[in-house]
Amino acid sequence: MLLAPAAVWYVAFFVAPLGFILVFSFLTSADYGGIDYKFNLGNYPQLLKAPIYLRIFLNTIGMAFTGTALCLVVGFPLAYFLATRAGRWKNVFLIMLIVPFWTSFLTRTYAWLILLSDSGPLAHVLRQAHLLQGDLGFLYTYKAVLMGVVYNYLPLMVFPLYVSLERLDKRLLEAAKDLGAGRLRAFWRITVPLTMPGILTGCLLVFIPLTGEYVIPAILGGAKSYMIGNLIGDEFVSAHDWAFGSALGMAVIVLLMVLIAIYFRLARRATSAEMSL
Amino acid sequence: MAASTLAAKAAGRSAALDRAGELFEPALRVWTGVVFAFLFLPIVLVVIFSFNASRLVEVWTGFSLKWYGTAWTDPSILDALRTSLIVAVANAILATIFGTLAAIGMQRVGHRVRTAFELMVYGTIVTPEIVIAIASLLFFVTINFDLGIPTIVITHVVYNTSIVALIVRARLIGMDRALDEAAADLGATPIQTLRRITIPLLYPAILAGALLAFTFSFDDFVLTFFVSGATSTTLPLRIFSMLRFGVSPVVNAVATVMLVVTLTSIFTASLIVRRHGRGEGEAGLLLAAARSAAQRRAA
Repeated sequence: MLLAPAAVWYVAFFVAPLGFILVFSFLTSADYGGIDYKFNLGNYPQLLKAPIYLRIFLNTIGMAFTGTALCLVVGFPLAYFLATRAGRWKNVFLIMLIVPFWTSFLTRTYAWLILLSDSGPLAHVLRQAHLLQGDLGFLYTYKAVLMGVVYNYLPLMVFPLYVSLERLDKRLLEAAKDLGAGRLRAFWRITVPLTMPGILTGCLLVFIPLTGEYVIPAILGGAKSYMIGNLIGDEFVSAHDWAFGSALGMAVIVLLMVLIAIYFRLARRATSAEMSL
Repeated sequence: MAASTLAAKAAGRSAALDRAGELFEPALRVWTGVVFAFLFLPIVLVVIFSFNASRLVEVWTGFSLKWYGTAWTDPSILDALRTSLIVAVANAILATIFGTLAAIGMQRVGHRVRTAFELMVYGTIVTPEIVIAIASLLFFVTINFDLGIPTIVITHVVYNTSIVALIVRARLIGMDRALDEAAADLGATPIQTLRRITIPLLYPAILAGALLAFTFSFDDFVLTFFVSGATSTTLPLRIFSMLRFGVSPVVNAVATVMLVVTLTSIFTASLIVRRHGRGEGEAGLLLAAARSAAQRRAA
């Protein structure tokens, strides 16, 4: 009974719309937006036929992998510091990590637009220091989008890493040291395998929303950093090809479901490895 | 001879590793500092430049509040602010009611129903925002539902119900069910128990959930952009369209106002949770809320 209002809402405004795009992905687009109710299997093959779409998909997956990897590399030392060195400042640091995250997403991304623009403060400082002639030329590139991604997604990586690093039994590291393992070896053989569940969760938390990213490429990116999310959006905003846009949306959902399935398989293996240790 | 060079090499290598080890601690500190600077620098910059008298971004010519004045007298910005507030409040009310009831309800149904329901809750969180946005747009247009404030609220409530449900449920799981049972034993009807026992005990989580729902909605861009139609514009949408004409101090002022509204509601939420909470679990709850909401918001 108590579930009823939420359940009705989900079915009417979540399940039904998803059902609509599933159906629409098998129909024909009308000329100026809207849809003709004619069965059409051509939307999915269209995705594979034109190399541009495939390239955008690969671009997006590449961006998602690179962005996730960068978050991991940047976030791991930070999580390590918070979990093992922060002491009684731990909570302060954790809150400081959330605060920028809780400012408006748009504001955060827009802030980089100011900072990195050719007439912005960074270019100004660099010019004063004679480190830069001409323009910065960083905005509207692949790198700018990647930086925006790391900036916006970093906390999603750091929290799960922090949780699993904090649970790590420090005595294992001491034991490894007593047995003659160097710091690096202990890190690779003890710390990394034991925090694998956290690493995997962090990667999943970053990777999934990143695959559907829309705002960051729209603000910081140029033509080469166009992602699936932007393509889907444009099919509805400017191209008015609803049927094809629906097919793209379904393709993203399927892609994510495959990735989540892979994650659960890897996560199960990681936990069983932890058990055996 | 060969053995001694090998030994020397090994010694040299371990000495190098030791030196690297000495560098490890300071490097860790420096890295942490750099990352935090990276996180805060852009935001601080927006706030500072919103008080800049110059209309150019790179030169500071003095303190001024004039851009706030400009924003405050711009009817399109005020209009967007009003729309944003209406949407965020309506969304917070609906999502809080649905989510709280759902969280309580989830404890009282069988395993099967709960699993099916959880699938929808997590489904709304995992599905990319852009996909939900276009699906909702298609849905509303096809059933001839006029786009506007109602469609924005409807779409926001889907996701925020899940957020509130997860937060309230996290607290419910840690709660003593004996209290509910005692109330029933003493003759309270289920509705009385709900009103006098369960809801008051859940109050901090419910309030925190409501504030998070408000914040999400106040900030949301992607969902709103697609289902708002031609006539309704929220503040994030207004900022986005102003960006097309380049960076301007007015945008900084509007962004700073949004920042203050968002941070105020978040800090209120955490204060409430702290005052009513009992330590660790509550911090974890807020983190979980931040994580799940942010995950979706980032999408």
